[in-house]
Amino acid sequence: MSTEVIHPDTHHVDDGHDHGDHKPSNFLDRWLFTTNHKDIGTLYLIFSLTMFFIGGSMAMVIRAELFMPGLQLVEPDFFNQMTTMHALIMVFGAVMPAWVGFANWLIPMMIGAPDMALPRMNNWSFWILPFAFTMLLSTLFMDSGGPAAGWTLYPPLVLQTGTSFAFVVFAVHMMGVSSIMGSINIIATIFNMRAPGMRLLRMPMFVWTWLITAFLLIAVMPVLAGAVTMLLTDHFFSTNFFNAAGGGDPVMFQHIFWFFGHPEVYIMILPAFGVISEILPTFSRKPLFGYGSMVYATATIAFLSFIVWAHHMFTVGMPLQGELYFMYATMLISVPTGVKVFNWVSTMWQGSMTFETPMLFAIGFVVLFTIGGLSGLMLAITAADFQYHDTYFVVAHFHYVLVPGSVFALMAATYYWLPKFTGNMYSEKWGKIHFWSSAIFVNVLFFPQHYLGLAGMPRRIPDYSPQFADFNMISSLGGFAFGATQLIFVGVVLHCAYRSKVKATPEVWEGSRGLEWTLDSPPAYHSFNTPPVVTHNALSRAD
Amino acid sequence: MATHAENSYYVPHGSKWPIVGSLGMITMLASAAGWMNGSATAQWTFWLGAAILIFMLFGWFGTVIRESEAGMYSEQVSGSFRLSMSWFIFSEVMFFAVFFGALFYVRALVIPWLGGEGTGASTNEFLWQGYTPAWPTSGPANVGGDFQTIPAFGIPFLNTLILLTSGLTVTLAHHALKKEHRNQLVLWLAATVALGFTFVYFQVYEYHEAYTQLGLTLGSGIYGATFFMLTGFHGMHVTLGAIMLVVIMIRSMKGHFKPDNHFAFEAVAWYWHFVDVVWLGLFVFVYIL
Ligand SMILES: [Cu+2]
Repeated sequence: MSTEVIHPDTHHVDDGHDHGDHKPSNFLDRWLFTTNHKDIGTLYLIFSLTMFFIGGSMAMVIRAELFMPGLQLVEPDFFNQMTTMHALIMVFGAVMPAWVGFANWLIPMMIGAPDMALPRMNNWSFWILPFAFTMLLSTLFMDSGGPAAGWTLYPPLVLQTGTSFAFVVFAVHMMGVSSIMGSINIIATIFNMRAPGMRLLRMPMFVWTWLITAFLLIAVMPVLAGAVTMLLTDHFFSTNFFNAAGGGDPVMFQHIFWFFGHPEVYIMILPAFGVISEILPTFSRKPLFGYGSMVYATATIAFLSFIVWAHHMFTVGMPLQGELYFMYATMLISVPTGVKVFNWVSTMWQGSMTFETPMLFAIGFVVLFTIGGLSGLMLAITAADFQYHDTYFVVAHFHYVLVPGSVFALMAATYYWLPKFTGNMYSEKWGKIHFWSSAIFVNVLFFPQHYLGLAGMPRRIPDYSPQFADFNMISSLGGFAFGATQLIFVGVVLHCAYRSKVKATPEVWEGSRGLEWTLDSPPAYHSFNTPPVVTHNALSRAD
Repeated sequence: MATHAENSYYVPHGSKWPIVGSLGMITMLASAAGWMNGSATAQWTFWLGAAILIFMLFGWFGTVIRESEAGMYSEQVSGSFRLSMSWFIFSEVMFFAVFFGALFYVRALVIPWLGGEGTGASTNEFLWQGYTPAWPTSGPANVGGDFQTIPAFGIPFLNTLILLTSGLTVTLAHHALKKEHRNQLVLWLAATVALGFTFVYFQVYEYHEAYTQLGLTLGSGIYGATFFMLTGFHGMHVTLGAIMLVVIMIRSMKGHFKPDNHFAFEAVAWYWHFVDVVWLGLFVFVYIL
């Protein structure tokens, strides 16, 4: 069965060529009503970059307040609003939509499909987000201010939120609806739209990691929806889910939240694993080491992510058996993660490597993500966690896996596929400047936070004792520099899209393999009107 | 030129329905939040948002039904629909799992701990002295006051029989559709719809009874919370499922669906079986145990 594309309202049947540019010329038709996976991918990426800067400016407020001991710039309650909103925006507005944007652009091209399986629903899953985040951001201007109980929304504190409470809950519901529809679409596309011969175990790693990510999203976003629904009814409709006097339990919220929250961290990192597994082979000019084990390791990580959630709650007063179980289960995750890291290193081993910007970010990812992984192992030790819990050590840990982890992988992916998307090469010089300044400043920003945490500085507090002053000042300086550095990134992207004179070839990179590199740069509006026939695993280069 | 839907994948051109849906959704939810904060205007804009959403559903599904009847959907398109419906139902399963999970967690751990078992000894001693763990409970402070529960083998058992029967009738309708027995198809669907709405009627009756006679409300401690949230969300799903069945019935009367191609019918039937299974869980864990 072939999969040509038909457009019944254009009164002709596509014949696989000469149909490249059917772009609607009208702006609204093109962007508001679009059903095209590339346009929707672009929308997701632009939205995500905007949120990255909004969330980033909140981080700047936090670092500015923490620059010196004492209260200088903002009220403590506003500080709490900043930490809460920074996290909500970066997690749900920046990192997750960025990965969905890449999924939209790449998955149809990688599996040889004409578009996503459900193009109209694809539009809806994007166009919910700007509304959801406008509502969320608007809470900052309400009389009560925005939510200030931390992104984890723990009761009973969060139930003291004023006017903004219900708006935050419904914004979270909308994000959930968007994520679930987006994930259903991705799963349907991967299972149903592959070109002939594109067997499951021939799929590129990015497709594999997104398949598993989409499964995680469908499994846990409803759990978050349930948790915030219970908060809403506890606040407005007199239920007692989290009220011990009525037989409920505030700790129950933490269990439900982290049943969502732990898989959520893999939702943000698994697509990053996929991207790194695409980039390292290209610039090492070697096949990915251990493709099969990469797939199984990803699936194992996803499975384990459901049974380790209470490692976020070691100090909450669980029975000892629970503490021990969650400690050992959590440590198990280092096995499949270690498989991945060793596979990446083995991929580079004896390769003829070159160090273009995507490769630099990918190598930066492998090194710095591993630091975040190792501090995660330290946090998994129940007894030690009593010291680390709710300190800056935790902040350092998850920022290492998220910033030089997920965000570096996003940068790597952007530099790697931007020539494919735009048809132009970016400036390698400025890309490298962006990488080196990001890599240096991200460490200046986050590494001292390990020491602060070990010395006992609590997180989410706007003031601190003078002994923490030096490391905080260094961290803040690194933060400002890291923030400013990201403006270079915007410059490089805009230059590549609009000003660059250097045209990209279809392959773009000497060592690139995979279906997306067989298409023109930029590819036609509809990717594969006639499906290609796949005869081997492109990444394994068994040809 | 005729479309050859059998071997092509239909990629629709731009659609205005998603953005209409987003506008409806934000109007409804922002208004709901305003309403909860006591805004009088939001009470009305909420219904405006709901109306926009319903308008969107009519428009969007109308378009899809027209395209389907025009034969634009290949076997592969239908495969995408099947996959998405199955995964949507999986997301619904996870949503109910949260509330079932809360029920199990409370009954297995929280109530015994409040009563002083295990690690809860000092909690009980210093905070809730004299509280003996029991189920049903409105907690150590008896929040919401005394109440009685609804006996399982009254209306709930009747409702179990009703839903199980409706699962049977929708299957009979499916068989009739496959054999092209149009009248039987409509008849069995009508029976399913009737059973569905009867279930909802009994549920409403039971809620009325609970609030007026038994003193059981949403605020009756953790029992009231889990009872009403679980049965309430289930009741909403039954209502939605019954409305979907009505749509399918009307389409069947108009001659839609073919013995070998009737995805919409199957999707609704799956959904209906899903609410059926959830009810069995509710009957056992909420009413009987
Ligand atoms: Cu975790």
